[in-house]
Amino acid sequence: MNRWNSYLENTLIYDPNQCVNCGRCIEVCPHRVFISGSGSVVLDKKEACMECGACERNCPVSAIQVDSGVGCAYAMIRGAFTGKEECGCGDGGSSGCCT
Amino acid sequence: MEERTCSCNSHNNAGNKTCYCSTEKIVPFRNEIPAATSTLTVADHWDHLNARLGFRRMKHTVQPGLYRIGNPTPESMVFVSANYTLSFDALRSSLTGYDAYILVIDTKGINVWCAAGKGTFGTGEIVSRIQKTDLSTIVSHRNIIIPQLGAPGVSAHEVAQRSGFTVRYGPVRATDIPRFLKTRTITPAMREVTFSLRDRLVLIPVELVHILKFAIPAILLSGILVSWDLSYRILLAIIAGTILFPMLMPYLPTKDFSTKGFFLGWIIFLPCAVGTLLSQNGDMIIRAGMALAELLVFPAVVAYLALNFTGSTPFASRSGVKKEIHRYIRPMAGLFLGGVLLSAGMGILSLVIIS
Repeated sequence: MNRWNSYLENTLIYDPNQCVNCGRCIEVCPHRVFISGSGSVVLDKKEACMECGACERNCPVSAIQVDSGVGCAYAMIRGAFTGKEECGCGDGGSSGCCT
Repeated sequence: MEERTCSCNSHNNAGNKTCYCSTEKIVPFRNEIPAATSTLTVADHWDHLNARLGFRRMKHTVQPGLYRIGNPTPESMVFVSANYTLSFDALRSSLTGYDAYILVIDTKGINVWCAAGKGTFGTGEIVSRIQKTDLSTIVSHRNIIIPQLGAPGVSAHEVAQRSGFTVRYGPVRATDIPRFLKTRTITPAMREVTFSLRDRLVLIPVELVHILKFAIPAILLSGILVSWDLSYRILLAIIAGTILFPMLMPYLPTKDFSTKGFFLGWIIFLPCAVGTLLSQNGDMIIRAGMALAELLVFPAVVAYLALNFTGSTPFASRSGVKKEIHRYIRPMAGLFLGGVLLSAGMGILSLVIIS
């Protein structure tokens, strides 16, 4: 499975020792990556993370770190040529990237 | 919060402002807040169609500010939205029959999730829009509801700190708002982003319009200069990559977009290659070479278009897409160029055989 799956690893790092169990990360995650636990939130499905960065930004104690960004090949490939990595949306008639 | 309300009148002759404060709770002039309807008009639907086709791309905007739905009171809920018509209209049409406020923030005409990713749907803009619209004098409570997909740009605790308003994240889909208003709870399913067939289908037109700008000249030129068989195959590759791929994506094998694209490409072009092989045009060796070239060039094109669909999905991570590009771009380019060179070689060879 590993062979044709580039999405098994990502940049999400969670430190349960810092967690204050406020549950904001569970609330904002669109992929149910976190679930509630007794003392602290549990990182349940790390591989489902799409690196949107919502959990990191809404964690009041910085227990979560993720190198957030948009997974858009069109923008990355174009960025490799033009030197700027920017999602197509909002740049005028470019691709339907993240419409 | 502040009970005293102060206001300043226009300048007097000396150029000074006259200000007074009242300790009474003033009734806000709610009629001055522009009303938004919760029913969408034909003009709204026309605007949505244009947006979905990628026409006048940056023109689907709403004036930022505070709007009312129905006849809200100071106790009514406040929903935050982006100043993109598809976002704003999805919200207001889901509030049919309710009295509420909508705080439209300036995201430069970009939808909630995209703008959140860029940070324009963000803490700073929400805080400043709360201040600009004097929201704290209009509502008596201190709660705002922000769409969950705005969370990548918003820091809830920072909004509370800077504006005094507590953030509650609403459901992912505006269509779940009536259920949220009835039950006041959000289920895990309402928190999870999905990518249904319908979600994927609505993305096809904008991708197609974008690619046709380049594809139509390519199809016509190849038809005139080389052969209409080639034009037909280019068209088929584009249909496979931009229409069939989004439709069939979940059912294609493997996890990577590129390998799914290759698989689809080979399935589609195998009959074409067989057709070339069995045709009566030229030598067997030429036909075999051309058939092989087809199987090299076109699946690579389909795979490339499939890879470009990553940005339209709500789950492809940047780490994963980076890895895909690293893994597959060179094989794609190699197969494509190999196929082009092979077909060119076959063309030359067929001329040699004839002469």
